[in-house]
Amino acid sequence: MFKGLVLEARSLACERGGRLIFKDLDFAIKGGEGVELRGPNGAGKSSLLRLLAGLNKPAAGTLTLTGASHEDRASEAHYIGHHEAVKPALSVRENLEFWTSFLGGESSANFTAFRLEKLTEDEARYLSEGQRRRLALSRLVSVPRPIWLLDEPTVGLDQAALADLRRETEAHLAQGGIVIAATHADLGLKSIRTLEIKRAA
Amino acid sequence: MGVALKALLWRDIALARKGGGGLGAALSFILAVVVLVPLSIGPDLNLLARLAAGLMWLSLLLAVLLTADRIFQQDLEDGTLDVMTMSAVPFELVALVKTIAHWLTVSLPLALIAPPLGLMLNLDVAALPVLWLAMVTGSFALSLLAALGGAITAGLRRGGLLISILILPLYIPVLIFGVSATSMMMGPQSAVPSLLILLAITLVCLVISPLACAAALRAYLR
Amino acid sequence: MQKFANPTVFLKLANALLPFMWLAVFVLFACGLYGALITSPADYQQGETVRIMYLHVPAAWVAMMAYGFMAFASAIALIFRHPLADAAAKSAAPVGAVFCFLALATGSIWGKPMWGTWWVWDARLTSMFILMLLYLGYIAIWQAIEEPHLAATIARIVALVGSVILPIIKFSVEWWNTLHQPASVFKMGGPTIDKSMLWVLLVMALASTLLFFTLLMVSLRSEIAARKLRQNRLQAIRSN
Repeated sequence: MFKGLVLEARSLACERGGRLIFKDLDFAIKGGEGVELRGPNGAGKSSLLRLLAGLNKPAAGTLTLTGASHEDRASEAHYIGHHEAVKPALSVRENLEFWTSFLGGESSANFTAFRLEKLTEDEARYLSEGQRRRLALSRLVSVPRPIWLLDEPTVGLDQAALADLRRETEAHLAQGGIVIAATHADLGLKSIRTLEIKRAA
Repeated sequence: MGVALKALLWRDIALARKGGGGLGAALSFILAVVVLVPLSIGPDLNLLARLAAGLMWLSLLLAVLLTADRIFQQDLEDGTLDVMTMSAVPFELVALVKTIAHWLTVSLPLALIAPPLGLMLNLDVAALPVLWLAMVTGSFALSLLAALGGAITAGLRRGGLLISILILPLYIPVLIFGVSATSMMMGPQSAVPSLLILLAITLVCLVISPLACAAALRAYLR
Repeated sequence: MQKFANPTVFLKLANALLPFMWLAVFVLFACGLYGALITSPADYQQGETVRIMYLHVPAAWVAMMAYGFMAFASAIALIFRHPLADAAAKSAAPVGAVFCFLALATGSIWGKPMWGTWWVWDARLTSMFILMLLYLGYIAIWQAIEEPHLAATIARIVALVGSVILPIIKFSVEWWNTLHQPASVFKMGGPTIDKSMLWVLLVMALASTLLFFTLLMVSLRSEIAARKLRQNRLQAIRSN
């Protein structure tokens, strides 16, 4: 489904609040590759993901995405951060359907991949942490986008939900997508590359 | 893009309807002002009649300002704005649509309800239509400026007081021309220039506010 | 570390220039005050109180110019990302606010003998008062946001939005004034002013302008020092 995708970084540097987080980061990730970010606390795993998501601009270096339908990297990627972007006052259906039409236009919300079909009419305020996480992860499968940026996606997930995430991630990679995750838990993917980030001196 | 913006507008209206907008609190605030004014300056009906239009404008201004921190703060805190930047929709339009939702759910209803409440301050009934017209015209500018204040202070714990310091001076033109439209004694015809200027001010705000909102929110997202 | 090259050059320049600037400020103020208090005539209507003008008008002028400077520096910061521009805008605000306060205070003192009251809602004084509020809002932003880069970005937006809306506010206040006070209470300045008063006023305006830039430089110098200190501390935390 996604063909010939390459995400490339050349001597990338990241700055937050006037501090250099990391520098001289080089990598090239091809479609179908799953990448796990490794590094000590404060090395900039989350910062790199936000950089890739277009939420921050690189302090130096370049980021290029080739083979995608849009030039704009941000609208080719999904970002699941620490905050779920879930509104407690809206139902599960309203939450996911809103994001589906906001991000995808024509696509339709997928409640089954993360087994939310029995919860659709409940207000999100009553969901447990893991269920809210599953609601956030459902954005990945509702709106097809080639790049998934996942920041600690396994937090709060039980074994069954972990298996769902593993299955969907494998399926995404099989379609030629890219998955970049910062995680302490093992995602359990068949093949995964690790990318080491070192703290800038 | 149209689908995305329509979805955003309906979502914000739904959220406001479920109690997140603050219309109820803002309306209670106006009611409180209506009670406090006679108690503070005395129940002299002639004096109240002279002050009524200005006081209603002042309470509308402050009531709208009270709701300003709700426009962006929640969306910033729960990661919604993060995701909203990641679409083909320009972020300025996201800010504008959220402002329109605020206008539809807070400023416009307040502008419709406030004038009749002025009758309790002995507002001249003949002035009512002009006051309605002026408040409805000015209310969109109030929302645009409130959004500006909300965006500038979106990432701050205690932004409420700061919003007042920043935005109240910017409300002055709306206040002046809003009140002058109503205080024209020569009949509704003479209110036209004030209303037109009010419209022009709204247009200026319409240009500035989404740009500034998007820039400020992006800075907080970084 | 090309980023710090510029401020370092500025520091050297400031240290070399400041003594001369102070000297010029003192000479100009000495001349101006001599003219204002001794050689210039008392007004036939206002008497000796007219001499307050020599302080009031320059203060008001500098207060307005300082806001313009602040907005200009913010625009430079936005467009060219020049590291000094944000610091210049930040440093200009409190100095401008002090001149604004000075203009309001002298206006009020002048008002007592002229209008018989400490405060009159005339268009100029009201606009000056609103300008003061804009200054306070801008300063409040810098104080409310701890992270300097974020504060700089937000402050830029506040300054630029303020500078766009300020003319509209001024226009509104003037309209409002003509609405409520059709007879102009008192008009000052203008081309009808006597020549002997005019040159004194010009010298005082020049002195005040130079004083503003001198104070700006002093405040900018300490701002840069504070930034360096913070940078060093951050580096120390990182390396531990």
